[in-house]
Amino acid sequence: MRHLLSAADLDRTQISEIFDLAEEMSLVQGRPVKKLPALRGRTVVNLFFEDSTRTRSSFEIAGKWLSADVINISAKGSSVSKGESLRDTVLTVAAMGVDALVIRHHASGAPWQASRWIDAHVLNAGDGTHEHPTQALLDAFTIRRHLRLSTPDLMSFEGKTVAIVGDITHSRVARSNVLLLTTLGAQVVLIAPPTLLPAGVDSWPALACSDFDEVLPHADVVMMLRVQRERMSGGYFPTPREYTIGYGLTRPRLEAMKPEAAICHPGPMNRGLEISADAADAANSLILDQVAAGVSVRMSVLYELLGGAE
Amino acid sequence: MTDLLIRGADVIGGGRSDLGIRNGRFVDPGDVAADVERLDGDGLLALPGLVDLHTHLREPGREDAETVQSGTLAAARGGFTAVLAMANTTPVTDTAEAALHVAALGTRDGNAQVVPVGAVSKGLDGVELAELGLMARSGARVRVFSDDGHCVTDARLMRRALEYVRAFDGVIAQHAQDPQLAAVSACCHEGEISGKLGLPGWPAAAEASVVARDVQIAELTRSRLHVCHVSCAETVDVIRWAKQRGINVTAEVAPHHLILTTTEVLGYDPTYKVNPPLRPSEHVEAVREALADGTIDAVATDHAPHARHDKEHAFAEAAFGMLGLETALAVVVEAMINSGLLDWPQLAKRLSIMPAHIARLADQGRPLAVGEPANVVLVDPGARRVIDRNDSASLSRNNPWHGRELPDPVVATIWAGQITYRKER
Repeated sequence: MRHLLSAADLDRTQISEIFDLAEEMSLVQGRPVKKLPALRGRTVVNLFFEDSTRTRSSFEIAGKWLSADVINISAKGSSVSKGESLRDTVLTVAAMGVDALVIRHHASGAPWQASRWIDAHVLNAGDGTHEHPTQALLDAFTIRRHLRLSTPDLMSFEGKTVAIVGDITHSRVARSNVLLLTTLGAQVVLIAPPTLLPAGVDSWPALACSDFDEVLPHADVVMMLRVQRERMSGGYFPTPREYTIGYGLTRPRLEAMKPEAAICHPGPMNRGLEISADAADAANSLILDQVAAGVSVRMSVLYELLGGAE
Repeated sequence: MTDLLIRGADVIGGGRSDLGIRNGRFVDPGDVAADVERLDGDGLLALPGLVDLHTHLREPGREDAETVQSGTLAAARGGFTAVLAMANTTPVTDTAEAALHVAALGTRDGNAQVVPVGAVSKGLDGVELAELGLMARSGARVRVFSDDGHCVTDARLMRRALEYVRAFDGVIAQHAQDPQLAAVSACCHEGEISGKLGLPGWPAAAEASVVARDVQIAELTRSRLHVCHVSCAETVDVIRWAKQRGINVTAEVAPHHLILTTTEVLGYDPTYKVNPPLRPSEHVEAVREALADGTIDAVATDHAPHARHDKEHAFAEAAFGMLGLETALAVVVEAMINSGLLDWPQLAKRLSIMPAHIARLADQGRPLAVGEPANVVLVDPGARRVIDRNDSASLSRNNPWHGRELPDPVVATIWAGQITYRKER
């Protein structure tokens, strides 16, 4: 694997390999000394054009536990206003001799453009409203563990329904999850008011609907998406209250779920808006498992990209 | 001025003949001197020099991207003998002085006639009328007014502008884009591909709804409205309706909208970022048909040179626009002639006669006849080539046709009796 740009880049075999390796990596998390020598001498740069605490920290920990040298570069704000083009920024960082660039950008497609300009491996850590492939990997990894599914090449996601609820239009998590989970055989149902369903969603390999309560009793996993503050004033829905009543994972909805169904949220949560405290802290909530899995999965992906003989 | 003799070219609509040129005008071929420079027109077509209603020459302000000199050289290489220079320069062409400056640059450096377009509003801010009358009355003789790059969104300002320019037979050229439906960030046709790529969408309704409003205002004011770069089927329907109703509206289409579709954007290459955006094939079909049946009157390039670094940002942040002057005729030949939708006299109408008429250019788009101004382009209808963006007179390289095979029609361009471009043979 040269780059990881899209969840669509991965077939079942590759996902299976990443998950198996991530299981091994997760053992490191339980040890007092959390360090493997696998990427000693390799340099990973987290090039973040957009604020992110959890994704950046997760990549940073993943790289450090594999003994790579990890450097964080924050390049916040538009390259247009700074006067340096994206190409110049990326070439400048790459010229320092890095092995992998982990790129987070507020504009869709930026990691694709970067991958055409440089030789280093490019890992998409979230691009605009487009994709976030490692988030989808860690989500599927967490779901697989919870549902005690076998390895993905055995198609253990077949017959499972994953409901993704919230602002689908602006969600890179939703796009990557649709691609990855359908590769694994799951049925994805996207749930949002019509104002937050993207143009052309009918052509996606997922169902789309605006009635949460119709889908909820059939879902094996309910993935709640964060509602961004700017959408609340953007006229996408009338009031936060109306949103919560229509699309929040409220206490009454908890009771309508299948007993073994899991609750996911990529964070950060708006408790009381898209997810109630009861749901966030429920026994079948995987939210903190997702965070833990993020480190193992990112270790696995970094190893896949950088660990082999070059 | 030297004499010229074009031998044996097929003069559009008139069959093979010789064209004599003296002092910038056509004369009887028998009247030119015996030792004049000759152009062999055998197997070639002679068309009136092309006229571009929509060119961004970038000077003054962004001379690193294009100048009047380089832009009009690109125009000559594309077969154009006149270009209308859009007003969104720095400073904006919103006063008589600014218009005169652009016209003077054209006189000094131009390889084609340079006619300034005046801004509709001061500073293109859409609030107050620019000095429309002074620009019209100046030596620059401005007749086309446009805030291109920005839509005149205020209906009252649009009404006043349309009414006001009637006094001097002016026309308002509207960049139709409702900013509420397609904000400045909108950079991809709203549909399957924008949803998949996570790019802010630019729905067809944002164009058609503004045009629907504007044709109503044009009817109310009995004024001349021109619609810039029509990109979608919905707009075509509105214009067709308005023309049937007798409303005084004309329209242009950009060459790229005749061939390229939204799928070009899939790789996030900002070369294909243009405003209005590339549309799906059903819209391409609709604008082709509209150009064929005359609903759309003219092809205009929207030639938009950009310095390389302004295109090397993330897609959503890169500059809008693509080069067009050097490839426009090639693209129209491919899309309209080779597909059988237009014949050559109709093409001459849409690339020369109609644009000259819309802009009220007395010396352009004229018949190739004795006594007329000698603006002519010699065309090889069969030649083809692979486009190389580095083979260009433009200072910029944002050429969406790079690497594609297209017709290679332009053999020579003559503006006011002077050869401004001659293909190396």
